[in-house]
Amino acid sequence: MIEIKNLNKYFNDQKVLDDISVHVNTGEIFAIVGHSGAGKSTLLRCINGLESYSEGSLSVLGKEVKELNESELSALRSHIGMIFQNFSLLNQKNVYDNIALPMKVWGYGKEAIQKRVDELLTLIGLEHKKFAYPKELSGGQKQRVAIARALTLNPKILLSDEATSALDPNTTKSILELLQEINAKLGVTIIIVTHEMDVVKKVASRALLLENGKVIGLGRIEELFLKPDEKMMTFLGEDEELPSEGANIRLFFPSQVSYQPIVTQMARELDLNFNIVWGKLEKLNNHVVGSLVINVDKKTASDVTHYLQTKTEVIWEIL
Amino acid sequence: MEALITFFEKSLGMKSVLIDALLETLTMSLVSTFLATLIGFVLAIVLITTDKNGIAPNAYVYKILDVTINMLRSFPFIILIIVLFPVTKFLVGKHTGTFAMIVPLTIGTAPFIARMIEGAFKEVDSSVVEAAKSFGTRKFQIIFRVLLPEAFPSIISAITLSLIIIVGFSAMAGTVGGGGLGAVAMNYGYYRFDGIYIFWTVFILIVLVQIFQSIGDFLYKIIKH
Repeated sequence: MIEIKNLNKYFNDQKVLDDISVHVNTGEIFAIVGHSGAGKSTLLRCINGLESYSEGSLSVLGKEVKELNESELSALRSHIGMIFQNFSLLNQKNVYDNIALPMKVWGYGKEAIQKRVDELLTLIGLEHKKFAYPKELSGGQKQRVAIARALTLNPKILLSDEATSALDPNTTKSILELLQEINAKLGVTIIIVTHEMDVVKKVASRALLLENGKVIGLGRIEELFLKPDEKMMTFLGEDEELPSEGANIRLFFPSQVSYQPIVTQMARELDLNFNIVWGKLEKLNNHVVGSLVINVDKKTASDVTHYLQTKTEVIWEIL
Repeated sequence: MEALITFFEKSLGMKSVLIDALLETLTMSLVSTFLATLIGFVLAIVLITTDKNGIAPNAYVYKILDVTINMLRSFPFIILIIVLFPVTKFLVGKHTGTFAMIVPLTIGTAPFIARMIEGAFKEVDSSVVEAAKSFGTRKFQIIFRVLLPEAFPSIISAITLSLIIIVGFSAMAGTVGGGGLGAVAMNYGYYRFDGIYIFWTVFILIVLVQIFQSIGDFLYKIIKH
Protein backbone atom coordinates (compact mmCIF):
# COMPACT_ATOMS: atom_id res chain seq x y z
CA MET A 1 0.00 0.00 0.00
CA ILE A 2 2.68 2.45 1.09
CA GLU A 3 6.34 1.61 0.58
CA ILE A 4 8.97 3.98 1.92
CA LYS A 5 12.62 3.28 1.18
CA ASN A 6 15.65 5.18 2.46
CA LEU A 7 13.74 8.44 2.59
CA ASN A 8 15.70 11.60 3.36
CA LYS A 9 14.49 15.15 3.66
CA TYR A 10 16.42 18.33 4.31
CA PHE A 11 15.22 21.74 5.41
CA ASN A 12 18.09 23.91 4.23
CA ASP A 13 21.05 22.09 5.77
CA GLN A 14 19.15 20.31 8.48
CA LYS A 15 18.23 16.70 7.96
CA VAL A 16 14.63 16.33 9.16
CA LEU A 17 14.01 12.81 7.89
CA ASP A 18 16.96 10.46 8.06
CA ASP A 19 17.00 7.24 6.08
CA ILE A 20 13.46 6.09 6.77
CA SER A 21 12.27 2.75 5.43
CA VAL A 22 8.87 1.36 6.28
CA HIS A 23 6.06 -0.57 4.69
CA VAL A 24 2.42 0.06 5.56
CA ASN A 25 0.06 -2.83 4.89
CA THR A 26 -3.40 -2.58 3.39
CA GLY A 27 -6.12 -2.37 6.04
CA GLU A 28 -3.96 -1.80 9.09
CA ILE A 29 -3.88 1.06 11.58
CA PHE A 30 -0.31 2.24 11.61
CA ALA A 31 1.04 4.81 14.05
CA ILE A 32 3.92 7.23 13.61
CA VAL A 33 4.99 8.25 17.09
CA GLY A 34 7.45 10.78 18.35
CA HIS A 35 7.98 13.88 20.44
CA SER A 36 7.42 17.31 18.91
CA GLY A 37 9.90 18.13 16.21
CA ALA A 38 10.72 14.48 15.55
CA GLY A 39 9.61 14.77 11.93
CA LYS A 40 6.47 12.67 12.18
CA SER A 41 4.10 15.22 10.62
CA THR A 42 6.63 15.90 7.88
CA LEU A 43 6.80 12.18 7.09
CA LEU A 44 2.99 12.00 7.00
CA ARG A 45 2.79 14.97 4.64
CA CYS A 46 5.25 13.33 2.28
CA ILE A 47 2.73 10.54 1.75
CA ASN A 48 0.16 12.82 0.09
CA GLY A 49 2.70 15.21 -1.40
CA LEU A 50 1.97 18.17 0.87
CA GLU A 51 5.70 18.02 1.60
CA SER A 52 8.40 17.00 -0.83
CA TYR A 53 11.31 14.70 -0.02
CA SER A 54 14.92 15.06 -1.04
CA GLU A 55 16.14 11.50 -1.57
CA GLY A 56 14.85 7.97 -1.51
CA SER A 57 11.58 6.49 -2.62
CA LEU A 58 8.02 6.81 -1.42
CA SER A 59 5.42 4.88 -3.31
CA VAL A 60 1.72 5.12 -2.53
CA LEU A 61 -0.80 2.84 -4.25
CA GLY A 62 1.97 1.91 -6.66
CA LYS A 63 2.91 5.47 -7.61
CA GLU A 64 6.15 7.26 -6.77
CA VAL A 65 4.87 10.51 -5.23
CA LYS A 66 7.86 12.62 -6.31
CA GLU A 67 7.34 11.83 -9.98
CA LEU A 68 3.69 12.89 -10.22
CA ASN A 69 2.65 16.05 -12.06
CA GLU A 70 -0.04 18.36 -10.68
CA SER A 71 -3.06 16.50 -12.04
CA GLU A 72 -1.66 13.06 -11.18
CA LEU A 73 -0.97 14.26 -7.65
CA SER A 74 -4.54 15.61 -7.37
CA ALA A 75 -5.84 12.24 -8.53
CA LEU A 76 -3.71 10.41 -5.96
CA ARG A 77 -4.89 12.76 -3.22
CA SER A 78 -8.50 11.89 -3.99
CA HIS A 79 -7.64 8.39 -2.70
CA ILE A 80 -6.08 9.74 0.50
CA GLY A 81 -8.18 11.51 3.13
CA MET A 82 -6.56 13.63 5.81
CA ILE A 83 -7.58 15.06 9.19
CA PHE A 84 -5.80 17.66 11.28
CA GLN A 85 -5.24 18.73 14.87
CA ASN A 86 -7.20 21.97 14.48
CA PHE A 87 -9.91 20.36 12.29
CA SER A 88 -9.35 22.79 9.38
CA LEU A 89 -13.01 23.22 8.52
CA LEU A 90 -14.28 26.16 6.48
CA ASN A 91 -15.88 28.44 9.06
CA GLN A 92 -18.10 30.14 6.50
CA LYS A 93 -19.62 26.84 5.35
CA ASN A 94 -22.07 24.69 7.25
CA VAL A 95 -21.53 21.01 8.06
CA TYR A 96 -23.24 19.85 4.86
CA ASP A 97 -21.16 22.12 2.61
CA ASN A 98 -17.93 21.23 4.40
CA ILE A 99 -18.51 17.51 3.86
CA ALA A 100 -19.66 18.13 0.28
CA LEU A 101 -16.65 20.25 -0.65
CA PRO A 102 -14.35 17.47 -1.96
CA MET A 103 -17.12 16.18 -4.23
CA LYS A 104 -17.91 19.70 -5.46
CA VAL A 105 -14.24 20.21 -6.23
CA TRP A 106 -14.24 16.97 -8.22
CA GLY A 107 -17.38 18.01 -10.08
CA TYR A 108 -19.91 15.45 -8.81
CA GLY A 109 -23.63 16.02 -9.41
CA LYS A 110 -25.92 17.41 -6.75
CA GLU A 111 -27.81 14.15 -6.16
CA ALA A 112 -24.70 12.04 -5.73
CA ILE A 113 -23.37 14.62 -3.28
CA GLN A 114 -26.58 14.71 -1.25
CA LYS A 115 -26.67 10.92 -0.98
CA ARG A 116 -23.04 10.63 0.06
CA VAL A 117 -23.20 13.45 2.61
CA ASP A 118 -26.28 11.92 4.23
CA GLU A 119 -24.54 8.54 4.48
CA LEU A 120 -21.53 10.15 6.12
CA LEU A 121 -23.65 12.18 8.53
CA THR A 122 -25.19 8.91 9.70
CA LEU A 123 -21.74 7.34 10.06
CA ILE A 124 -20.46 10.18 12.26
CA GLY A 125 -23.77 10.50 14.12
CA LEU A 126 -24.34 14.18 13.38
CA GLU A 127 -27.51 14.09 11.25
CA HIS A 128 -29.03 16.73 13.50
CA LYS A 129 -26.15 19.16 12.87
CA LYS A 130 -26.43 19.08 9.07
CA PHE A 131 -26.94 22.83 8.72
CA ALA A 132 -24.92 23.98 11.74
CA TYR A 133 -21.81 26.11 11.27
CA PRO A 134 -18.45 25.01 12.75
CA LYS A 135 -18.53 27.65 15.49
CA GLU A 136 -21.70 26.00 16.84
CA LEU A 137 -19.93 22.63 17.23
CA SER A 138 -17.75 21.18 19.98
CA GLY A 139 -14.19 20.10 19.25
CA GLY A 140 -15.18 16.45 18.98
CA GLN A 141 -18.05 17.26 16.64
CA LYS A 142 -15.76 19.38 14.46
CA GLN A 143 -13.33 16.47 14.19
CA ARG A 144 -16.19 14.15 13.24
CA VAL A 145 -17.16 16.52 10.44
CA ALA A 146 -13.52 16.66 9.35
CA ILE A 147 -13.43 12.85 9.31
CA ALA A 148 -16.59 12.76 7.19
CA ARG A 149 -15.05 15.28 4.79
CA ALA A 150 -11.90 13.14 4.56
CA LEU A 151 -14.06 10.12 3.66
CA THR A 152 -16.28 11.85 1.09
CA LEU A 153 -14.31 10.59 -1.91
CA ASN A 154 -14.12 7.00 -0.57
CA PRO A 155 -10.38 7.08 0.05
CA LYS A 156 -8.28 3.95 0.49
CA ILE A 157 -6.01 5.66 3.01
CA LEU A 158 -6.77 8.06 5.86
CA LEU A 159 -3.98 10.21 7.30
CA SER A 160 -4.49 11.58 10.79
CA ASP A 161 -2.18 14.37 11.95
CA GLU A 162 -2.48 14.70 15.74
CA ALA A 163 -6.25 14.53 15.27
CA THR A 164 -6.99 13.96 18.94
CA SER A 165 -4.32 16.19 20.48
CA ALA A 166 -6.70 19.12 20.98
CA LEU A 167 -9.45 16.97 22.51
CA ASP A 168 -10.24 15.88 26.05
CA PRO A 169 -9.75 12.18 27.02
CA ASN A 170 -13.40 11.13 26.58
CA THR A 171 -13.73 12.85 23.22
CA THR A 172 -10.40 11.36 22.18
CA LYS A 173 -11.77 7.93 23.03
CA SER A 174 -14.90 8.43 20.92
CA ILE A 175 -12.91 9.75 17.95
CA LEU A 176 -10.54 6.76 18.16
CA GLU A 177 -13.52 4.40 18.26
CA LEU A 178 -14.87 6.10 15.15
CA LEU A 179 -11.52 5.62 13.41
CA GLN A 180 -11.49 1.94 14.40
CA GLU A 181 -15.01 1.56 13.04
CA ILE A 182 -13.99 3.16 9.75
CA ASN A 183 -10.98 0.87 9.56
CA ALA A 184 -13.02 -2.27 10.28
CA LYS A 185 -16.18 -1.49 8.30
CA LEU A 186 -14.80 0.37 5.30
CA GLY A 187 -11.37 -1.28 5.20
CA VAL A 188 -9.61 2.09 5.08
CA THR A 189 -5.90 1.93 5.90
CA ILE A 190 -5.24 4.50 8.61
CA ILE A 191 -1.98 6.19 9.45
CA ILE A 192 -1.96 8.07 12.72
CA VAL A 193 0.62 10.62 13.74
CA THR A 194 0.61 11.29 17.46
CA HIS A 195 2.73 12.06 20.49
CA GLU A 196 0.19 10.42 22.81
CA MET A 197 1.20 6.86 23.72
CA ASP A 198 -2.34 6.07 24.88
CA VAL A 199 -3.64 6.68 21.38
CA VAL A 200 -1.07 4.32 19.91
CA LYS A 201 -1.81 1.60 22.46
CA LYS A 202 -5.53 1.86 21.92
CA VAL A 203 -5.82 1.64 18.16
CA ALA A 204 -2.60 0.88 16.35
CA SER A 205 -1.48 -2.56 15.30
CA ARG A 206 2.01 -1.45 14.34
CA ALA A 207 4.03 1.64 15.07
CA LEU A 208 7.05 3.55 13.86
CA LEU A 209 8.99 5.52 16.45
CA LEU A 210 10.77 8.60 15.30
CA GLU A 211 13.33 10.72 17.08
CA ASN A 212 15.22 13.57 15.43
CA GLY A 213 14.11 12.27 12.05
CA LYS A 214 15.50 8.78 12.68
CA VAL A 215 13.64 5.52 13.15
CA ILE A 216 14.28 4.22 16.66
CA GLY A 217 11.66 1.52 16.68
CA LEU A 218 9.37 -0.26 14.26
CA GLY A 219 7.11 -3.21 14.81
CA ARG A 220 3.99 -4.62 16.40
CA ILE A 221 2.99 -2.57 19.38
CA GLU A 222 2.91 -5.58 21.75
CA GLU A 223 6.62 -5.97 21.11
CA LEU A 224 7.40 -2.28 21.25
CA PHE A 225 5.63 -1.69 24.52
CA LEU A 226 6.21 -4.97 26.36
CA LYS A 227 9.74 -5.79 25.29
CA PRO A 228 11.13 -2.30 25.00
CA ASP A 229 14.81 -2.04 24.19
CA GLU A 230 16.95 0.64 25.75
CA LYS A 231 16.09 3.34 23.20
CA MET A 232 12.40 2.58 23.59
CA MET A 233 12.67 2.79 27.40
CA THR A 234 14.30 6.20 27.19
CA PHE A 235 11.66 7.19 24.68
CA LEU A 236 8.86 6.17 26.99
CA GLY A 237 10.62 7.72 29.93
CA GLU A 238 10.53 4.44 31.83
CA ASP A 239 13.10 3.19 34.27
CA GLU A 240 13.24 -0.13 36.12
CA GLU A 241 14.73 -0.37 39.59
CA LEU A 242 15.81 -4.01 40.03
CA PRO A 243 17.57 -5.67 42.97
CA SER A 244 21.23 -6.48 42.38
CA GLU A 245 21.15 -9.78 44.26
CA GLY A 246 19.69 -13.03 42.92
CA ALA A 247 18.46 -13.52 39.38
CA ASN A 248 15.97 -11.22 37.73
CA ILE A 249 13.71 -12.91 35.21
CA ARG A 250 11.34 -10.97 33.02
CA LEU A 251 8.14 -12.70 31.98
CA PHE A 252 6.00 -11.54 29.06
CA PHE A 253 2.38 -12.51 29.05
CA PRO A 254 0.96 -12.53 25.53
CA SER A 255 -2.76 -11.77 25.36
CA GLN A 256 -3.83 -15.45 25.20
CA VAL A 257 -2.35 -16.21 28.63
CA SER A 258 -2.77 -12.94 30.42
CA TYR A 259 -5.83 -14.14 32.34
CA GLN A 260 -4.26 -17.46 33.56
CA PRO A 261 -2.86 -17.84 37.07
CA ILE A 262 0.59 -18.85 35.82
CA VAL A 263 2.76 -17.23 38.45
CA THR A 264 1.02 -18.63 41.51
CA GLN A 265 0.69 -22.02 39.86
CA MET A 266 4.43 -22.11 39.21
CA ALA A 267 5.18 -21.15 42.82
CA ARG A 268 3.00 -23.99 44.08
CA GLU A 269 4.31 -26.63 41.68
CA LEU A 270 7.97 -25.76 42.14
CA ASP A 271 7.43 -25.06 45.84
CA LEU A 272 9.52 -21.92 45.84
CA ASN A 273 9.26 -18.30 46.87
CA PHE A 274 10.12 -15.32 44.78
CA ASN A 275 9.80 -11.61 44.83
CA ILE A 276 7.80 -9.64 42.28
CA VAL A 277 9.99 -6.60 41.72
CA TRP A 278 8.51 -4.96 38.65
CA GLY A 279 5.33 -5.30 36.68
CA LYS A 280 3.16 -3.75 34.04
CA LEU A 281 -0.18 -4.52 32.46
CA GLU A 282 -1.18 -2.84 29.26
CA LYS A 283 -4.30 -2.78 27.20
CA LEU A 284 -3.04 -2.78 23.64
CA ASN A 285 -5.52 -2.80 20.80
CA ASN A 286 -8.21 -4.22 23.09
CA HIS A 287 -5.95 -7.09 24.24
CA VAL A 288 -4.54 -7.19 27.71
CA VAL A 289 -0.87 -8.03 27.79
CA GLY A 290 1.58 -7.81 30.64
CA SER A 291 5.14 -8.10 31.78
CA LEU A 292 6.52 -8.96 35.17
CA VAL A 293 10.01 -9.12 36.62
CA ILE A 294 10.57 -11.68 39.39
CA ASN A 295 13.60 -12.04 41.59
CA VAL A 296 14.63 -15.57 42.58
CA ASP A 297 17.57 -17.25 44.22
CA LYS A 298 20.33 -17.79 41.63
CA LYS A 299 20.26 -21.55 42.25
CA THR A 300 16.58 -21.94 41.40
CA ALA A 301 16.70 -19.71 38.31
CA SER A 302 17.16 -22.65 35.95
CA ASP A 303 14.19 -24.49 37.47
CA VAL A 304 12.02 -21.47 36.86
CA THR A 305 13.12 -21.02 33.26
CA HIS A 306 12.72 -24.72 32.59
CA TYR A 307 9.18 -24.62 34.00
CA LEU A 308 8.28 -21.53 31.95
CA GLN A 309 9.73 -23.09 28.81
CA THR A 310 7.97 -26.42 29.04
CA LYS A 311 4.69 -25.74 30.81
CA THR A 312 3.58 -22.25 29.78
CA GLU A 313 3.32 -19.94 26.79
CA VAL A 314 5.05 -17.18 28.69
CA ILE A 315 8.04 -15.62 26.99
CA TRP A 316 10.96 -14.96 29.33
CA GLU A 317 14.41 -13.51 29.54
CA ILE A 318 17.05 -13.32 32.25
CA LEU A 319 18.14 -9.76 32.98
CA MET B 1 -36.03 83.77 16.47
CA GLU B 2 -35.47 86.10 13.59
CA ALA B 3 -32.15 84.34 12.84
CA LEU B 4 -33.74 80.89 12.92
CA ILE B 5 -36.39 81.92 10.40
CA THR B 6 -33.74 83.34 8.07
CA PHE B 7 -31.75 80.08 8.46
CA PHE B 8 -34.74 77.94 7.40
CA GLU B 9 -35.72 80.25 4.57
CA LYS B 10 -32.19 80.21 3.21
CA SER B 11 -31.91 76.43 3.67
CA LEU B 12 -35.12 75.85 1.70
CA GLY B 13 -33.67 77.89 -1.12
CA MET B 14 -30.61 75.58 -1.24
CA LYS B 15 -32.70 72.44 -1.52
CA SER B 16 -32.37 71.79 -5.23
CA VAL B 17 -28.65 72.60 -5.32
CA LEU B 18 -27.98 70.23 -2.43
CA ILE B 19 -30.11 67.39 -3.82
CA ASP B 20 -28.35 67.59 -7.18
CA ALA B 21 -24.99 67.63 -5.40
CA LEU B 22 -25.98 64.63 -3.28
CA LEU B 23 -26.96 62.65 -6.38
CA GLU B 24 -23.65 63.53 -8.00
CA THR B 25 -21.73 62.47 -4.91
CA LEU B 26 -23.65 59.18 -4.78
CA THR B 27 -23.00 58.52 -8.46
CA MET B 28 -19.29 59.24 -8.13
CA SER B 29 -18.84 57.20 -4.95
CA LEU B 30 -20.88 54.16 -5.87
CA VAL B 31 -19.63 53.82 -9.45
CA SER B 32 -16.01 54.38 -8.35
CA THR B 33 -16.30 51.90 -5.50
CA PHE B 34 -17.78 49.32 -7.86
CA LEU B 35 -15.03 49.75 -10.45
CA ALA B 36 -12.25 50.02 -7.86
CA THR B 37 -13.49 46.82 -6.20
CA LEU B 38 -13.42 44.94 -9.49
CA ILE B 39 -9.89 46.13 -10.27
CA GLY B 40 -8.76 45.69 -6.65
CA PHE B 41 -10.13 42.15 -6.58
CA VAL B 42 -8.21 41.13 -9.69
CA LEU B 43 -5.03 42.75 -8.34
CA ALA B 44 -5.50 41.00 -4.97
CA ILE B 45 -5.82 37.64 -6.69
CA VAL B 46 -2.63 38.27 -8.67
CA LEU B 47 -0.87 39.33 -5.43
CA ILE B 48 -2.02 36.34 -3.39
CA THR B 49 -1.20 33.93 -6.22
CA THR B 50 2.29 35.25 -6.94
CA ASP B 51 3.20 35.81 -3.28
CA LYS B 52 6.19 33.72 -2.17
CA ASN B 53 3.84 31.55 -0.08
CA GLY B 54 1.16 31.68 -2.78
CA ILE B 55 -0.03 28.94 -5.07
CA ALA B 56 2.07 30.05 -8.05
CA PRO B 57 4.93 32.14 -6.65
CA ASN B 58 6.42 34.65 -9.07
CA ALA B 59 8.78 37.17 -7.51
CA TYR B 60 8.87 39.50 -10.56
CA VAL B 61 5.14 39.90 -11.03
CA TYR B 62 4.66 40.30 -7.29
CA LYS B 63 7.38 42.93 -6.93
CA ILE B 64 6.22 45.02 -9.91
CA LEU B 65 2.64 45.02 -8.65
CA ASP B 66 3.74 45.63 -5.09
CA VAL B 67 5.79 48.72 -6.01
CA THR B 68 3.10 50.10 -8.35
CA ILE B 69 0.45 49.77 -5.67
CA ASN B 70 2.62 51.43 -3.06
CA MET B 71 3.44 54.24 -5.49
CA LEU B 72 -0.21 54.96 -6.27
CA ARG B 73 -1.02 54.89 -2.59
CA SER B 74 1.68 57.44 -1.75
CA PHE B 75 0.14 60.19 -3.91
CA PRO B 76 -1.83 62.82 -2.02
CA PHE B 77 -5.20 62.29 -3.66
CA ILE B 78 -5.64 65.86 -4.85
CA ILE B 79 -2.29 65.66 -6.67
CA LEU B 80 -3.25 62.30 -8.18
CA ILE B 81 -6.38 63.91 -9.69
CA ILE B 82 -4.25 66.55 -11.37
CA VAL B 83 -1.59 64.07 -12.53
CA LEU B 84 -4.32 61.93 -14.07
CA PHE B 85 -5.95 64.80 -16.02
CA PRO B 86 -4.56 63.55 -19.38
CA VAL B 87 -5.70 59.99 -18.69
CA THR B 88 -9.12 61.22 -17.61
CA LYS B 89 -9.44 63.38 -20.71
CA PHE B 90 -8.47 60.42 -22.89
CA LEU B 91 -11.03 58.09 -21.27
CA VAL B 92 -13.98 60.46 -20.69
CA GLY B 93 -13.28 63.26 -23.12
CA LYS B 94 -12.92 65.97 -20.48
CA HIS B 95 -11.25 66.27 -17.10
CA THR B 96 -13.93 68.05 -15.11
CA GLY B 97 -17.37 67.04 -13.94
CA THR B 98 -18.91 64.15 -12.07
CA PHE B 99 -18.17 61.41 -14.60
CA ALA B 100 -14.61 62.55 -15.20
CA MET B 101 -13.87 62.25 -11.45
CA ILE B 102 -14.75 58.57 -11.52
CA VAL B 103 -11.42 57.93 -13.25
CA PRO B 104 -9.06 59.30 -10.54
CA LEU B 105 -11.34 57.99 -7.79
CA THR B 106 -11.16 54.48 -9.23
CA ILE B 107 -7.43 54.56 -9.93
CA GLY B 108 -6.71 56.15 -6.57
CA THR B 109 -8.62 53.63 -4.47
CA ALA B 110 -8.21 50.35 -6.43
CA PRO B 111 -4.70 49.80 -4.97
CA PHE B 112 -6.08 50.42 -1.49
CA ILE B 113 -8.89 47.90 -2.02
CA ALA B 114 -6.38 45.44 -3.51
CA ARG B 115 -4.30 45.59 -0.32
CA MET B 116 -7.37 45.17 1.88
CA ILE B 117 -8.62 42.14 -0.06
CA GLU B 118 -5.10 40.68 -0.13
CA GLY B 119 -5.07 41.06 3.67
CA ALA B 120 -8.45 39.34 3.93
CA PHE B 121 -7.14 36.41 1.87
CA LYS B 122 -3.99 36.16 3.98
CA GLU B 123 -6.07 35.98 7.14
CA VAL B 124 -7.59 32.67 6.01
CA ASP B 125 -6.12 29.86 8.12
CA SER B 126 -3.39 28.18 6.07
CA SER B 127 -4.35 24.77 7.43
CA VAL B 128 -7.76 25.10 5.72
CA VAL B 129 -5.90 25.57 2.44
CA GLU B 130 -3.76 22.54 3.30
CA ALA B 131 -6.92 20.52 3.96
CA ALA B 132 -8.33 21.56 0.60
CA LYS B 133 -5.10 20.46 -1.09
CA SER B 134 -5.28 17.15 0.76
CA PHE B 135 -8.41 16.08 -1.10
CA GLY B 136 -7.02 17.14 -4.44
CA THR B 137 -8.29 20.72 -4.89
CA ARG B 138 -6.47 22.38 -7.80
CA LYS B 139 -4.61 25.64 -7.35
CA PHE B 140 -7.21 27.93 -8.85
CA GLN B 141 -10.12 26.16 -7.26
CA ILE B 142 -8.51 26.96 -3.92
CA ILE B 143 -9.03 30.68 -4.59
CA PHE B 144 -12.70 30.40 -5.44
CA ARG B 145 -13.72 27.40 -3.32
CA VAL B 146 -11.76 28.18 -0.17
CA LEU B 147 -10.13 31.60 0.05
CA LEU B 148 -13.03 33.63 -1.34
CA PRO B 149 -15.82 32.14 0.80
CA GLU B 150 -13.64 32.24 3.94
CA ALA B 151 -12.50 35.83 3.34
CA PHE B 152 -15.89 37.11 2.14
CA PRO B 153 -17.00 38.83 5.38
CA SER B 154 -13.66 40.65 5.66
CA ILE B 155 -13.94 41.66 2.00
CA ILE B 156 -17.37 43.18 2.70
CA SER B 157 -15.83 45.19 5.55
CA ALA B 158 -13.05 46.31 3.24
CA ILE B 159 -15.53 47.49 0.62
CA THR B 160 -17.51 49.43 3.24
CA LEU B 161 -14.36 51.15 4.44
CA SER B 162 -13.35 51.95 0.86
CA LEU B 163 -16.77 53.38 0.03
CA ILE B 164 -16.49 55.79 2.95
CA ILE B 165 -13.00 56.83 1.94
CA ILE B 166 -14.25 57.39 -1.61
CA VAL B 167 -17.06 59.62 -0.30
CA GLY B 168 -14.36 61.73 1.38
CA PHE B 169 -12.17 61.72 -1.73
CA SER B 170 -15.13 62.69 -3.94
CA ALA B 171 -15.68 65.75 -1.79
CA MET B 172 -12.04 66.60 -2.32
CA ALA B 173 -12.44 66.07 -6.04
CA GLY B 174 -15.16 68.76 -5.94
CA THR B 175 -12.48 71.38 -5.30
CA VAL B 176 -10.60 70.69 -8.55
CA GLY B 177 -13.45 70.53 -11.00
CA GLY B 178 -15.50 67.56 -9.85
CA GLY B 179 -19.15 67.94 -8.95
CA GLY B 180 -21.02 66.86 -5.86
CA LEU B 181 -21.22 68.07 -2.29
CA GLY B 182 -17.52 69.00 -2.21
CA ALA B 183 -17.99 71.40 -5.10
CA VAL B 184 -21.02 72.98 -3.38
CA ALA B 185 -19.14 73.42 -0.14
CA MET B 186 -16.25 74.98 -2.05
CA ASN B 187 -18.15 77.22 -4.48
CA TYR B 188 -20.99 78.41 -2.26
CA GLY B 189 -19.54 77.92 1.18
CA TYR B 190 -15.90 78.87 0.81
CA TYR B 191 -15.73 81.34 -2.09
CA ARG B 192 -19.02 83.10 -1.21
CA PHE B 193 -18.44 82.59 2.49
CA ASP B 194 -21.94 81.16 3.10
CA GLY B 195 -21.81 79.17 6.36
CA ILE B 196 -25.24 77.62 5.83
CA TYR B 197 -24.05 75.83 2.69
CA ILE B 198 -21.06 74.49 4.59
CA PHE B 199 -23.35 73.37 7.39
CA TRP B 200 -25.66 71.41 5.09
CA THR B 201 -22.96 69.78 2.97
CA VAL B 202 -21.14 68.57 6.08
CA PHE B 203 -24.42 67.45 7.63
CA ILE B 204 -25.39 65.42 4.55
CA LEU B 205 -21.91 63.84 4.37
CA ILE B 206 -22.09 62.80 8.02
CA VAL B 207 -25.48 61.16 7.51
CA LEU B 208 -24.29 59.47 4.29
CA VAL B 209 -21.23 57.98 5.97
CA GLN B 210 -23.34 56.75 8.90
CA ILE B 211 -25.77 55.05 6.53
CA PHE B 212 -23.02 53.36 4.50
CA GLN B 213 -21.26 52.14 7.65
CA SER B 214 -24.50 50.78 9.12
CA ILE B 215 -25.36 48.92 5.91
CA GLY B 216 -21.83 47.50 5.83
CA ASP B 217 -21.98 46.39 9.46
CA PHE B 218 -25.38 44.81 8.91
CA LEU B 219 -24.19 42.84 5.87
CA TYR B 220 -21.09 41.68 7.76
CA LYS B 221 -23.23 40.49 10.64
CA ILE B 222 -25.59 38.41 8.53
CA ILE B 223 -22.91 36.74 6.38
CA LYS B 224 -20.26 36.11 9.05
CA HIS B 225 -20.44 32.64 10.61
